[in-house]
Amino acid sequence: MTDTTVHVPVAEAVHGHRSATGLSNTKLAMWVYLGSDCLLFGSLISTYLLLRHRAVQGPGPKDVFDIPFTSVSSFVLLMSSLTMALAVASIARGDVQRNRAWLATTAMLGGVFIGGQVYEFTTFYREGLGYTTNIFGSAFYTLTGFHGIHVSVGIVMLMSLLVMSIRGNLGPERAEAVEVVGLYWHFVDIVWIVIFTVVYLIP
Amino acid sequence: MSTVAEEHVHEHPSDLQYVKIALILGVITAFEVATYFWKDASTKLLVVILFPMMTAKFLIVTSYFMHLRYDNPLFRRIFFFGLILAAVVFMIALTAFNFFSDDYLRFLQ
Repeated sequence: MTDTTVHVPVAEAVHGHRSATGLSNTKLAMWVYLGSDCLLFGSLISTYLLLRHRAVQGPGPKDVFDIPFTSVSSFVLLMSSLTMALAVASIARGDVQRNRAWLATTAMLGGVFIGGQVYEFTTFYREGLGYTTNIFGSAFYTLTGFHGIHVSVGIVMLMSLLVMSIRGNLGPERAEAVEVVGLYWHFVDIVWIVIFTVVYLIP
Repeated sequence: MSTVAEEHVHEHPSDLQYVKIALILGVITAFEVATYFWKDASTKLLVVILFPMMTAKFLIVTSYFMHLRYDNPLFRRIFFFGLILAAVVFMIALTAFNFFSDDYLRFLQ
């Protein structure tokens, strides 16, 4: 009888499967995805830039934007990048307790950002800006809505990591899983850095 | 061919360094928000002021929080290839729609 047990090299067990480059497949795949996601957000941002001042009826950007409120939301998302970086650093050190705390804090800050976005959308709607009110509304809701969906997916991934950690399935040997989710989270943050400047701050 | 050990070329920042980086990002954001209260500033001037600050924040997050400064250069090349491709493609698209021309600015007025 032949032995069918697959012996996984120690390096692969710790850092995930390696590609021909010697790099982790998972991490490489995440970077390829993030590079391609730049094209998605590039298309949405350029569409918004072309259409935002072409509304012939209904409210425009100057009528609805509340910059102080959005600035607080932006700051919250920016600080969630710090807590995510601390989560990645703590799991790499093997500090599972701190990792859980930072993951939970990051998810909470993401939740606060999404709550702010829901409040903003609701306020805009009450002020007369629906998705089909004018072309500015369509472009704005599509761009910021897509970003909000990305943040929500990130929160789900963070909560999944938290559940894995509580069940004892997320130790230092799976630090790369936290790092890859961290890459996604930071990407969501840098997209917002661009959106905040281009959509909100530049009139 | 690089090995597992070579994937991380240098040591990552410490927790304290991460906090300092976040403080710098917070200060830049405060300067960005301050431009909103500068009512006399023209759009062109705001673009000149805000774009370098946005780019700085973008590069700080990608370099330090996303570890592009420390990780294997292949990750950096893959990401910036996508980013630069997106920038070039959509700059061409915006130019094709006369976004940067005076005609477009007159249309807005």
